[in-house]
Amino acid sequence: MFLYNLSLNPPTAINKAIYGNFSGTKQQEIIVARHTRLELLRPDPTTGKVHTVLAHDCFGLVRSISPFRLTGGSKDYVIVGSDSGRITILEYNPVKNTFDKVHQETYGKSGLRRIVPGQYLATDPKGRAVMIGAVEKQKLVYILNRDSAARLTISSPLEAHKSHTLIHDCVGLDVGFDNPIFACLEIDYSEADNDPTGEALKDTEKILTYYELDLGLNHVVRKWSEPVDYKANMLIPVPGGTDGPSGVLVCTENFIAYKHQDMQEHRIPIPRRAQPLEDPSRGIIISNYAVHRMKVNRQSQFFLLLQSEEGDVYKVTIDHQDNIVNGITIKYFDTLPVSTGICILKSGFLFSASEFGNHYLYSFEKLGDDEDDPEISSADYMEAEAAQEETPLVYFKPRPLKNLLLVDELESLAPLVDAKVLNLTDDDTPQIFGICGRGARSTFRILRHGLEVSEMAVSELPGNPSAVWTTKLKADDEYHSYIVVSFINATLVLSIGETVEEVTDTGFLATSPTIAVEQLGEDSLIQVYPQGIRHIRADRRVNEWRAPSEKTIVQAAANHRQVAIALSSGEIVYFELDNTGQLNEHQDRREMGEIITSLAIGDVPEGRQRARFLAVGLEDCTVRILSLDPDSCLESVSMQAAQGVPSSLCIIEMMDTGNEIGHGTQYLNIGLNNGLLMRTVLDNVNGQLSDTRTRFLGAKAVQLFKIKIQGNPAMLALSTRSWLTYTFQNRLYLTPLSYEQLEFGTAFISEQCPEGVVAVAKNTLRIFTIDKLGVVFNQSIIPLTYTPRRFILHPATKNFVIIESDHATFSPEAKREGLIEKERDGFEIDDEVTNLDPLQFGHVRNTAGKWASCIRVISPFQGDTLQQIELEENEAAFSVALVQFRNNPHSTDSNEQFVVVGTGKDVTLAPRTCSSGFIHLYRFVQGEDEQNQTLELVHKTAVEDVPTALLGFQGRLLAGVGKALRIYDVGKKKLLRKCETKSVPNAITSLHTQGDRIVIGDIQESVIFAVYKHIDNRIIVFADDTTPRWTTTSTMVDYDTVAGGDKFGNFFINRLPTNVSEESDDDPAGGRLLYEKGYLGGAPHRSDNVAHYFVGDILSSLHRTTLVSGGRDVLLYTTFLGSIGIFVPFVSKEDVDFFQTLEMHMRSVAPPLAGRDHLAYRGYYVPVHNVIDGDLCEQYNSLPAEKKRSIAEELDRTVMEVQKKIEDMRIRSGY
Amino acid sequence: MDRLNINSQLEHLQSKYVGTGHADTIKHEWLVNQHRDTNAAFVGHQSMLSYFAVAENESLARVKFNLIQKMVQPCGPPPEREDQ
Repeated sequence: MFLYNLSLNPPTAINKAIYGNFSGTKQQEIIVARHTRLELLRPDPTTGKVHTVLAHDCFGLVRSISPFRLTGGSKDYVIVGSDSGRITILEYNPVKNTFDKVHQETYGKSGLRRIVPGQYLATDPKGRAVMIGAVEKQKLVYILNRDSAARLTISSPLEAHKSHTLIHDCVGLDVGFDNPIFACLEIDYSEADNDPTGEALKDTEKILTYYELDLGLNHVVRKWSEPVDYKANMLIPVPGGTDGPSGVLVCTENFIAYKHQDMQEHRIPIPRRAQPLEDPSRGIIISNYAVHRMKVNRQSQFFLLLQSEEGDVYKVTIDHQDNIVNGITIKYFDTLPVSTGICILKSGFLFSASEFGNHYLYSFEKLGDDEDDPEISSADYMEAEAAQEETPLVYFKPRPLKNLLLVDELESLAPLVDAKVLNLTDDDTPQIFGICGRGARSTFRILRHGLEVSEMAVSELPGNPSAVWTTKLKADDEYHSYIVVSFINATLVLSIGETVEEVTDTGFLATSPTIAVEQLGEDSLIQVYPQGIRHIRADRRVNEWRAPSEKTIVQAAANHRQVAIALSSGEIVYFELDNTGQLNEHQDRREMGEIITSLAIGDVPEGRQRARFLAVGLEDCTVRILSLDPDSCLESVSMQAAQGVPSSLCIIEMMDTGNEIGHGTQYLNIGLNNGLLMRTVLDNVNGQLSDTRTRFLGAKAVQLFKIKIQGNPAMLALSTRSWLTYTFQNRLYLTPLSYEQLEFGTAFISEQCPEGVVAVAKNTLRIFTIDKLGVVFNQSIIPLTYTPRRFILHPATKNFVIIESDHATFSPEAKREGLIEKERDGFEIDDEVTNLDPLQFGHVRNTAGKWASCIRVISPFQGDTLQQIELEENEAAFSVALVQFRNNPHSTDSNEQFVVVGTGKDVTLAPRTCSSGFIHLYRFVQGEDEQNQTLELVHKTAVEDVPTALLGFQGRLLAGVGKALRIYDVGKKKLLRKCETKSVPNAITSLHTQGDRIVIGDIQESVIFAVYKHIDNRIIVFADDTTPRWTTTSTMVDYDTVAGGDKFGNFFINRLPTNVSEESDDDPAGGRLLYEKGYLGGAPHRSDNVAHYFVGDILSSLHRTTLVSGGRDVLLYTTFLGSIGIFVPFVSKEDVDFFQTLEMHMRSVAPPLAGRDHLAYRGYYVPVHNVIDGDLCEQYNSLPAEKKRSIAEELDRTVMEVQKKIEDMRIRSGY
Repeated sequence: MDRLNINSQLEHLQSKYVGTGHADTIKHEWLVNQHRDTNAAFVGHQSMLSYFAVAENESLARVKFNLIQKMVQPCGPPPEREDQ
């Protein structure tokens, strides 16, 4: 088996976010690291929308990124610390829209190692040096400078190592133009390591150390070190030089200390929520910060925003004079979801990259200057500290957002805990149902393949319109003025203004249907209708051209200088605008000899008189290209045979090779009446057609329309589904729209809607926009209460049952009891604080080992919760299954399906214990409202461990309870244990079955094959794996083959040898199997590894499915950080060879951006085996033409053939 | 190669790569090394860090802090040395 890996959706979680002027313009941009990808985001200050400008897969784990700017420069570079053992400096190239590698220096081994730097990056704010640190011991300093040609140079590294030292954080101090200083938060463990009494551990101190880079001596020295609080976790540099006092804020549990060499220390508390149920013994730490500098009255000022691990954001200001700090104040600012990066932009926006769930863009309403919010100063706090022994706690009252306003969000699936691929709506493609998110921000999401469409207006019309156009009045108008709607026997003209109104005095013929409308020349319009052409001049004078009697116009194509019409007799008449603004008919008509079904003409290229080619679709299933040159007017140039009658044609220039108009590729798109779309390259010079690609769009004749999306040409292709062809990051996409079936569409440009589409659907006119390009999935979201764990579909009702559990959280019952107790103790309970919105503030934290959990029934299409059962008495649900029991005392209907939920009581995570496990049995009953079915508890069975995997098995229940695998049957009051095996080494995480075979996923020991023998009523384990794998998910590909994923991000396929598989089935009583000797302490047999691949992220679910109708079976996977991808099996050896060679060339020609070796990356833990990285192969399309050609030559093919092969792989099996 | 040379090579490796074993490595030392390596890898792998954060219902910053903090003495104090 050979597989081809393709990603459908990149990881959506962000692990680092930085901001700067990466394009070198005034506008600030954001660069985010999405685990393995770097993305450049550009927030639009006028609309407040965040656009993804560039996304690049690095094939390496990006651990840290940092912006940096050379002294006096205006452009920021990006330094990337990854797992490559290399420091990489990138520059964004706005012209080509790429990241260019400026420098790449190797300093250590690759991989995520304890002493190889890459974890921490600290830059000197003046752009003179960078420190790159590891978790332990190693720190390297590189000096950055520019050479005589103003290019960036990098020095050889200077070492600042200290062995036996752990590093918590590392920042570049702002010291103005003094020698660069880096501050590190370190712990030296050497003494604790050598002291058996454990005394030294208590004396171990956390130390703040300044490393000074002496630029004169080219040497790094430890300049200053000072012990700080042992629980310190983070350093924040304070602006220095001319802007501030310099120094660092050392963040610790519950307080923040300002420290600097030879300076007095100042401490401020981290205010805590005045929440009666909080645990005062639990410290609170800062997780993130942002510094904002601004000029007020020509004086530079700054403030800091600090975010705590609960999500509360505080504003910290420092009162300083002559570089001496007089005091610090902290006040509550707002509460945002806990983030991994906060960016404050000069345009007044704040971007918050959430740890989990969607990322947000806020705009500043205020800067937290409100007097109402109490402010705590360092002077007051230190006084209080001196007065009492323990650290004093300071409280604030949380409130809804006041200083920030939400303007945009970027959807994120992370953490994607589990998913299913089902087709519940009988669409062309299946939907992906996923349970995402953590805590109160958890969601159930339905992902449909298609672009999201935002509808602006829907208006009903008196009849069913057949077509719609929009038109400007003058060539240089910015906006459209008219919407022209054609009906079967009439035409309606609407004017676009504040409102859309009907107008009559436009010169358009209202009593006839319309075939085409176009703005012509400087300021005139044309209307083509069956009997003629009306040329409407700006002064409302109308020139009419009448069709010959007994002939009508059937098709028309026009641009703003040329008009071509097809007559019912199969003739083509061609008109061109002359310099006086007169429309002149060409002397000859061209007889085509066939019925003409479609016509198309391209746009007039800039600086030219005319478009050179006319495309004509004929009933004999051909498309002909006619020249429009005056010397050879209407002469045939080339021909293309089609697989059906062309119903629509479109000549369009797509910007898939760059951003410059006139330098794109000219395509002829052919829509056929059997629903196929053909795309051919139309040569600008000689009109030859080449490189045809075909795609099936739907079971209806395809109609094509030119529109504009984000300033670039795009094409709407309408069939039973609406599709959009557009370019995004120099790549051509053809994506369906998640919208109703449309019949006709055209661009719509108005003041309110600069890039819209107006379309006809039945008897309505719809105006919509398409904003989120590059996103393949359109999401519908249903909110949940706690972190979802597992879910199942109830096929009879198409409802889902979801189990949710949150660790260390107050359940509603525990909260109620806790509050009553607090009230009894004399606490004043403020309802406002106890009933805070969990969506913003999260659930109230309880101590570890306390759980909140519920079982929920949702209807995915109504989008609401039908029932929510809260579990009580500290029980938490971990597994769920749907089981149909063969002999059931509770039901007369043997087809009735019961819901089984596995729970644990008083579960602790480490060590994994519980006081008792339970298996709940629920049945669906008709609810009170007679509409929906709700769950009703039948009975509850106690077991000794948590049931982590459940499965219906031959009319009974198969349950993995800890390391025991059991079969239960249903009894009147309990489930009855029928059979058990304890041959599983650790704990069962997943179960699958086909026939008598059971496949068990163990938490630590990969997948195990077992067989159930009826005669003996025994489960016998007969094969396991040679590699320990911490399986997170698995699926049976066929009877002998299992695909799975592990905690480290590996994907693997294991297969049983044929003889082992047959042997296990041949032995009816299992006597031989049972007494077979175990091999090397495991099962008697081993499965073979068929494929292995490092995905880069923990796999959370795997499915065997087909994504396109009539497509191949693929393995679809979802990962924890929100990516979705597929593994496509190769069918021919030839293809394998081709892609293997291509991959090899790609590795050498376009090595990954962050410097990781691609082969080593895909073989992170186990060498990559039988899997080809399709994402790397697809980067072929973005290579420079020169490199493309050289690779294609090596492959003995043309560039187009290579590109076609790569595209085919994707569209045949996925999107 | 004479013994002295091998020894000096080993010493070089031990000073360069933390955790390189020697003839007298005891179980505790080995285990401590394993734990420190493991924790450092967890801190670097964003996906693993997130995985723990979701399981424990803690923030990423807290999980990371705990992991590094635990590297100081992951397996308790070292046993008494007999020869010293």
